[in-house]
Amino acid sequence: MVRSVVRSVARPLIWLGLALALASASYLFWGLSGPRWSFVLGLRAVKLAGMLLVGAAVAVATVLFQTLSRNRILTPQIMGFDALYLLLQTLLVAGLGVTGFASLGSPARFGLEVVAMIALALVLFGLLLGRAGQDKGAQDIPRLILTGVILGVLFRSLTGLVARVLDPNAYAVVQQAGFASFARVDATLLPLAAALVLGCIALALRLGPALDVLALGRPMALSLGLAHDRLLRLVLALVAALVATSTALVGPLAFLGLIVAGFAHLLSPAPRHRVLLPVAMLLGALLLVAGQTLFERALGLQSALSVVIEGVGGLFFLWLLLKGKLR
Amino acid sequence: MIEVSHLHHSIGRRPILRDLSLRLPRGQITALIGPNGAGKSTLLSLIGRLVPLQQGRITLNGADIATTPSRDLSRRMAILSQHNAPGSRLRVAELVAFGRWPHSQGRPAPEDAGHVAAALEAMGLSPLAHRFLDELSGGQRQRAFIAMTLAQGAEWLLLDEPLAALDMAHARGVMAQLAALRDAGKSVVVVLHDVNHAAVWADHIVALKDGALAAEGPPAQLCTPQVLGALYDMPLQVMQVAGKPLILHHLPG
Repeated sequence: MVRSVVRSVARPLIWLGLALALASASYLFWGLSGPRWSFVLGLRAVKLAGMLLVGAAVAVATVLFQTLSRNRILTPQIMGFDALYLLLQTLLVAGLGVTGFASLGSPARFGLEVVAMIALALVLFGLLLGRAGQDKGAQDIPRLILTGVILGVLFRSLTGLVARVLDPNAYAVVQQAGFASFARVDATLLPLAAALVLGCIALALRLGPALDVLALGRPMALSLGLAHDRLLRLVLALVAALVATSTALVGPLAFLGLIVAGFAHLLSPAPRHRVLLPVAMLLGALLLVAGQTLFERALGLQSALSVVIEGVGGLFFLWLLLKGKLR
Repeated sequence: MIEVSHLHHSIGRRPILRDLSLRLPRGQITALIGPNGAGKSTLLSLIGRLVPLQQGRITLNGADIATTPSRDLSRRMAILSQHNAPGSRLRVAELVAFGRWPHSQGRPAPEDAGHVAAALEAMGLSPLAHRFLDELSGGQRQRAFIAMTLAQGAEWLLLDEPLAALDMAHARGVMAQLAALRDAGKSVVVVLHDVNHAAVWADHIVALKDGALAAEGPPAQLCTPQVLGALYDMPLQVMQVAGKPLILHHLPG
């Protein structure tokens, strides 16, 4: 009995792991030839590391966010997390000027952005989700979605407003950050980003059983003695840090998380986070690496992947909405 | 014993409870009754620390619920609120197993499986243990949630309208189950809409109206046309059937 359970839990993980290893190898070595192969391999390795990190970060952030909002249709991106990150970045450029911004060095700048992001996310979304959990009408999901969409528009408009008063050089710096591209992974950011993402994921896995209780909803979690509100804030901070990292590395990806979390719930043999999170991580990384290999190596297209993911993800989102799978 | 003293509570500017003091006896079934908006659910949520106290004090067997760690409370008291919608797709047995969280903290011990099986059996859910919650009827789902609170193994059970989605047979079944739990030494506090269930099954009735205590006592003393008529602002008749009061609240007055 126990053995068959272990096997059924392990099987999707093994298959996903193998597929990811295969995709990574073909991304690295496909078409690798010529005298400068080691240089090319280095470039590819940086991009691969970036994709693995972003795939895992977005997947975990989305699953965590869906757990704390108890909703399968919301993602941090739909709720405006990445727009908030871009706003922060624009404000930094505006406040420090291009030279000040550049002289900070990307790790220091990134650290500052992550801290500010966590603080703002806790204030804004903590209030929103905390209130939604306490009210009598508890899960007012349409209100949550609407608020998220409006917050996203607000953040984007504020970003636009600040960008308008910037000088053209500063504007170019800001604008570049606003588009998703796997071609611009910053190698100097990788160690810090990797440490942050892996730390967040390790913490999320450690909290696994508590997250399962959190998913039951506030009344049941409290009855079971879980420090619900504290855990909610901690998870929100994790989500903010993960979204900030992935946005800093490749830019905003609105619908990747939605696709990955949706399929993770389908593939995962049990709704337990210790299973769900690894499945989602592997799926996220696999989707990015396999997609990028296909577009970049097989079809010779550089930046089509993010466009395709957003297109497919958008359709998936509409399908979820139309099917009425609001929960 | 649960002791509530000088409880004030308001939502927004609207007062829900006003200077409420009462005692809920140990080892009995206490029914909370009263018209809509009387503050029954709010009182239950405050006792179950689902809603933070604004003013006043509540003690559970002498321990102040505001200062006792939530984990300790979860081993002494289980509360089931009215609206329950788990975020993940769970099987009945998985849901009931969550009731062991206060004891196992996610690392189930061998004896936990026994508690879960016993809770499933008590609510007649053993045949449905491997079904998904969203494949069950409202009544079956309600029984699954009650089974989860049973698995928690707490002395006190607080249930907010557990009969809400149940048909006659299951409603009586749940009340009989609560009576069996009382006989086994548990203390039960239950919000009931149907005064007839309260009249037959409860040992003690607490009637709230407009956030204040309207009446309390054993069913025989409370279930009179005068007391209930004043509580619900309607004329009604009460008969005695098999030694129990039967409230004919549905007949035109």
